[in-house]
Order: sequence, then C-alpha cells, then structure tokens
Amino acid sequence: MVEVNLWSGLRAQAGGHETVEVDAKTVGEVLKALIAAHPGLKPSIDAGVSVAVDGRIIASSLTEPVLPDSEVFLLQKLRGG
Amino acid sequence: MALDEPKTTDFKYVGTRPDRPDGFDKVTGRAKFGADMMAPGMLHAAVLRSPHAHARIRSIDTSQAEALKGVKAVVTRADFSKNVPFDSGLEGEFWNVLENVMAGEKALYDGHAVAAVAATSALEARDALKLIKVDYEVLPHVTDVDAAMAAKAPILREGAADSSVPEGLHPNVVRYHESGHGDVEAGFAEADLVIEDSFATEATHQGYIEPHACLATLGSDGKGELWCTTQGHWYAQKVCAALLDLETSQLRVTASEIGGGFGGKTTVFIEPVALALARKANRPVKLVMSRSEVFRATGPTSSTSMDIKVGMTKDGKITAAQGVFRLQGGAFPGAPCEFTAMCAFAPYDLKNVHQIGYDVMSNRPKQAAYRAPGSPMAAFAVESVIDELCKRLGLDPIDVRLKNASHTGSKASFGPRFDAIGLVETLEAAKAHPHYSAPLKPGQGRGISCGFWFNHGGETAVSLALSEDGTAQISVGTPDIGGSRASMALMAAEELGIPYDHIRCTIADTATLGYNEISHGSRVTYASGLATIKAARDAVEKLCKRAAAKWGIPEEAVKWQDGFAVPSGPNAGNFDPLPLKDLTADMGATGGPIVGHFEASPEGAGVSFATHVVDAEVDAETGKTEIVRYTVVQDAGKAIHPTYVEGQYQGGAAQGIGWALNEEYIYGDDGRLQNAGFLDYRIPLASDLPMIDTVIVEVPNPGHPYGVRGVGETSICPPLAAIANAVSAASGVRLRQLPMSPPRIVSALKHKTNG
Repeated sequence: MVEVNLWSGLRAQAGGHETVEVDAKTVGEVLKALIAAHPGLKPSIDAGVSVAVDGRIIASSLTEPVLPDSEVFLLQKLRGG
Repeated sequence: MALDEPKTTDFKYVGTRPDRPDGFDKVTGRAKFGADMMAPGMLHAAVLRSPHAHARIRSIDTSQAEALKGVKAVVTRADFSKNVPFDSGLEGEFWNVLENVMAGEKALYDGHAVAAVAATSALEARDALKLIKVDYEVLPHVTDVDAAMAAKAPILREGAADSSVPEGLHPNVVRYHESGHGDVEAGFAEADLVIEDSFATEATHQGYIEPHACLATLGSDGKGELWCTTQGHWYAQKVCAALLDLETSQLRVTASEIGGGFGGKTTVFIEPVALALARKANRPVKLVMSRSEVFRATGPTSSTSMDIKVGMTKDGKITAAQGVFRLQGGAFPGAPCEFTAMCAFAPYDLKNVHQIGYDVMSNRPKQAAYRAPGSPMAAFAVESVIDELCKRLGLDPIDVRLKNASHTGSKASFGPRFDAIGLVETLEAAKAHPHYSAPLKPGQGRGISCGFWFNHGGETAVSLALSEDGTAQISVGTPDIGGSRASMALMAAEELGIPYDHIRCTIADTATLGYNEISHGSRVTYASGLATIKAARDAVEKLCKRAAAKWGIPEEAVKWQDGFAVPSGPNAGNFDPLPLKDLTADMGATGGPIVGHFEASPEGAGVSFATHVVDAEVDAETGKTEIVRYTVVQDAGKAIHPTYVEGQYQGGAAQGIGWALNEEYIYGDDGRLQNAGFLDYRIPLASDLPMIDTVIVEVPNPGHPYGVRGVGETSICPPLAAIANAVSAASGVRLRQLPMSPPRIVSALKHKTNG
C-alpha cells in the first residue's frame, strides 16, 4: 500500500483525511485509487494535479512508478511563465 | 524516466560561449517576427473593444460596418464555436479563453473584445469599427482584489467557483488553496519575536517589446495556416481548433521569431479572431495589436493582497510561519494563488507552516503567466517580514537564512521532501561575494532575498537529422525565448562530437513534430535539451550500426568517441576510426537517412533557488530610488551556455526592478485602465539599471543527463523583496506596497516623520 499525502484544501473532499492509503504501482493508479476511495476528490483530480514521488515532482505522466515505501504528495498542477 | 548518473565534468562544448545562431538575423533585420509575414490578397484586421469595465451587451449592429467599402468580414461571438462547454474553475479553460478573445453576453473589462473587422487596409478596418453599434447596459464593476471579495461586490459570473472553494465565500472567489504542516500556533508561542504584517502588489505587464501579431488563413474546407508570435504553437493549434470547431491536425501553426514573452505569450488573444475573419472573408487576415491593446487586453500578472506572520527565536530560528495570499486574476479563474502559497516559504525548512491562497475574479483583463507566476509577490511579503525580524533581533540576514535554509532532504513547506537543491550554496556564495561586505554610502541601504520556483518538464519531441556532409539539423518544438537554439546545438555537439557551428537548430511547425508543450516553466533547456541529447544518442546508435556493418563486426563492438566510430576494445578488431562525415556521406546507400528521435514527457525538472543582493539609494526629498549595485546568485544545475544563463539572471533582476519601483496598472474610478502605454507605464530603461553582476552556482539536477535546471523564472522571484529590503534600509521606513514609486516613498517618509 502507498500512503498519499493530500494538501490541506483537499481534506474536506476526502472525509477529513490527511493521508489516504491506496494500492498502486504508478502515478496513474494512485489517482484512480484515490477517486475510488474518495469520489469527492474527482473534481480536483480532474482539474489537474501533479504528484511528488520521493521529492521528484511528476507534472503529468501517469506511468511513473510508485513504490510501497515512496513518499507521495498530491500537489496542484504545475504551470509556468 | 530513469536516467543514468548525470555527466557533470569533461565537457568539450557545453559550458562554452559561442555566438548566438539568431544574432545575425536579428541585427540585420532578416528575422521574421509576428507582424513581418505577408500573404497575397491579405486583409488587415482591427478589434472593437469595450469602453466599459462591466456591461451587458444588449445588441451589436454590424450592418453599417459591413457596408463600408473595403470591408470583407465582420465577426462577433456568433462566429465562434457553440460547442465549448462552460465549467467551473480551470475545468472550463477553453470556454474562458473563448469568452476572453470575444465577449459573449457581457463585456467584463475595459478593453474586452466585442467585434472584429477585416478590410483591405488597416485604416479601413479601423474606420469600420466606428460604424459598429453596441448597445451596452453598464453594470457595477470592481477592480481591487479585497473589494472583489467583500460581501456586496458585484458578481462577475455565478458558477465560476470550483469545488475547492469553501462555503460562504463571495462568488468572485473561484479557487482556493490551503497547505502546510505542524502546529503554527504552538510555533508562534515558542518564538521570541513574532511579526505580523500586510502587503500589496499591483498588476504588472510582462512588457515584451513585440506586440501580439498573427497571419491566418482558413478555408471553408476547414484547413488553415497560422503564423504567430507565441511561446507555444501546439497549444495555439489546440485551442484555436476548439474555438472554431476545426480538426486539430488541419490547422498548421508556425511560431514566428519572438520578441519577448516572459509567460505572456503562453495563451492566445487574437489568433482565433484572425482565423474566424479569414474563414468568413476567405482571404488571409493579418492582425497586429497596438501597444494600448496589449496593455488593455492581454494578460498582466495578478495583483495581490497578503497577510504574513512569522515567529523567530533570538538566535534566528524560525519557529512558525503563515501566510494568506489573495490574488486578483481578472475576469476569469486562473490567478496562480496555489503557486504563491506554495512558493512563499519554500526556501525555509520549517516545522510549522501554513499557507492559504485565494483566486479572485475582478473586472480586469485575464491574468497571464509572468515568469514564476505568483512566486515573486510571495517572496516580497515573506522576505520583508524576515528582514524586519533580522533587523529587530540584530541578526545578519544571510546567517538567519542559512540557519533556516531548505536543503536536500528537507520537508518542503508545500509537502514533499526536496531532492538535490542548491539554496545553501547560493547563500554561501552571496555571503562570500565582495558585494555583501562592500561599504555603503550615506543614504544607501542593502537588502537581500531568497526566491524559489518549481520548474517544469512537459511533453517534448525532438528530431535530429544528419546531412551527407556530416552536419546536423535539430528540429525542436519549443519557441526560442531565451537562447535555446544555442543551447540545443551545444548539447548536440557534445553528444555527436562535431563542432557547434556544424549544427542548426530550427523551431519546427506543428505538422513536423509531435505535441510540444509551451515554452514555459523554465522547461526548454531542461526538457528540449534532454530530448536533444537523447535524439543525438539515437542518431549515434544508428551511426555505430552503420560502422559495424562496414567493418563486419557486431553493433555492440562499436562505440562513439568524440565524433568517431571506433572499435569498443582490442577484441573488436583493428579498424581506423570512422568520422561522422564518412558515415553520412554514403548513408543513402547503407540504409537510408540517419535521423535521431526522442519523444517523452520528462519528469525530473528539478526545483531552483536564488539569492539576490541589492544596494539602493533613496532620495528623501523626491522619493526617487536608484539601484546602485545588484548581484544575482542562482543555481543553474549546469550552465550549458553561461552567457545566456547570465542573461536570464540579469533579465529577471531588471524586470524585478521595474516591478518593485515603477510598474503598475492604474485604474480610474470608472474601471478603465489609465496608463495603457509605455509613456505612463514606465518599464526600466538601460539608464535606470546598474551593471547586474551574476554568480552561477551549479548543483546538478539528477533529472537531466548534464544536471541542467531551468533558470528563466527563478531570477524574478527575489528582486521585489531584495529591493524592498534595500529601500527600507536606505530610507528607514518599511515599504509594504508595490511599486515603491516616488510618491509612495515620499508619503511613507512623511508619515514616519509625522509619526
């Protein structure tokens, strides 16, 4: 299982949870599993999120691997200027 | 994407400073910018814009304009797609762009497009605008971020708020961000000194020299061509196709040479309008914005209102920090409140931190990205408070920052732990720089600030084709906004082992490569650079295969060394090295053209930090500030072409000086922009700036083959705060509002004297 940390603003959409444990091997699976566990997260995830895996910020790729002991944080989608 | 250990030493070409490949074109006028393209039978377009900040459009009568001699087409919102769905927040971004490029039921800001004309001359097009009759019902407006959040503020659009916004907020608050960790109240209780203060910044424009311009053709068969000045022509292709009900691949978009973007050309403003006119007139249409239109109707940065609270012990340890950041983003969702919040405290390794961001709509033009969107304002507020804490506690500002600095493995204020980062190295370099210990004259003050930006990877495709004479041509999809063609050629030269001058890098059109994300997020040298290296390695693999075939040995028995195929060891056989040009000379007969490719979404951009040191001199009588010395220290990971890296550092500092001291959008009580021109909106001139010194720190980014980090945006994060701290030190009064224009400084000094 992978422990996913949510930013505070998302907790209201995840039953007040700060972290959610999901069964996933990739970033894409993490996002799918989060929506399955907490459908309230769907609009925010659909609006676009980035995922930090062990300090590396994955902006969009769903195929990046995630390990059971990875540190995983959801971040709002990155853009730039 | 797994990467081998970055190569960080023993470069032959990388790290050198050759002439820029576009230099000759630009100094001789041969370079073709957005407005330089012509087409046979071309029409000229002009756009009618709302004179009201907020008004319902009851009707538009275009009949007289259409009847004018020379007019070939008039378009309104009715000429665009009806199939673009409205949605809340950024989910409805295509609808937001459509509504922005041509108003629907309401004009939402002074300068909002309501109709457009194409005629046989620019003069006829402008004359025709005067004949369009728009019946407006003027509505109450709001242009200030705090006023727009207040209970009785006029509502711009119901339903624009997305699911992130807590209940009870005004409908103009359309997105919300909250993050952090620890217990800030407990942290403040541990502090010896807590400072809580409020700050504000005005909207500023990117101020690129080249106004938006394009040339469009679009036939009734749905096939079109678009030439435009843009940071992202694939994005322009995608959004224009959606707004005009076209198949994406039927619209070919070519990026012109670009006269500056800085984030402001990451979206579209006039391109869909030119295409709609071209389709209606069945003629090519050229549309060029005036400077006034650029100010009124393209995207400046957000204005902000911010509250900061930081606690510190007597020895300089930050015990807790919190910030509330309210960003005004114009008449649409998108103000980068989450980045302002996430960047605010990122330079510091904090046990207790909490940040909130609000994205607020108002009757102003839709904000657009501007170098590290949202981060410079946060740094202004946070670093001002940290500076004040250092002053009151009698501590050295660099020592305090070193004591609290984020480092590799620190838990970032926005959540995850940092990978390899170089903030400490920039602080140590700043402290060791002669500037930091140089004496100051009376009336002068010194300020420092740190700054942070994320950087970005994104979808990237590159092709590298070899020519028979042993030269190479690279096709990249990221418009060159900062010298990337030189950097790509240097990286390809390094891999191929041929001279820099033997390589030409071209920005390909949308029909040539796969989707390339916009040149934004300081991604180009990182992502297109990585792709160029990988494409060159793909070509090298093919070259080695050809050499193996010539020698009759297995492919794996050949390696590439400094431009030659050589046997990989004594067992591979005894063959003379084969230079690249011998392998390409007969490639048509040995297997066909040799082309290397790479397509991916690299995900290892690596974040970036900078520290700036500024000396300012304030004239107490007039309030005029002169920046007398400026030093930028920034982590580049690896500087591919150091002169361009230094140029990015200097450019960020120069734009930051303008933002800090002079630049601002000024709105009248009527909601109209008062200073839509460079005479009244003052960007720095060369004579306003000192020579800006630079120090390149290189802490390799593990996500790039050579350790590159983007450098284009981080350089604008510290200037606002560093200058504010210098001005405060020089004048003896804390400035909390940008710009620190002469009247504001005089007023602050007067209040200090009176107080």
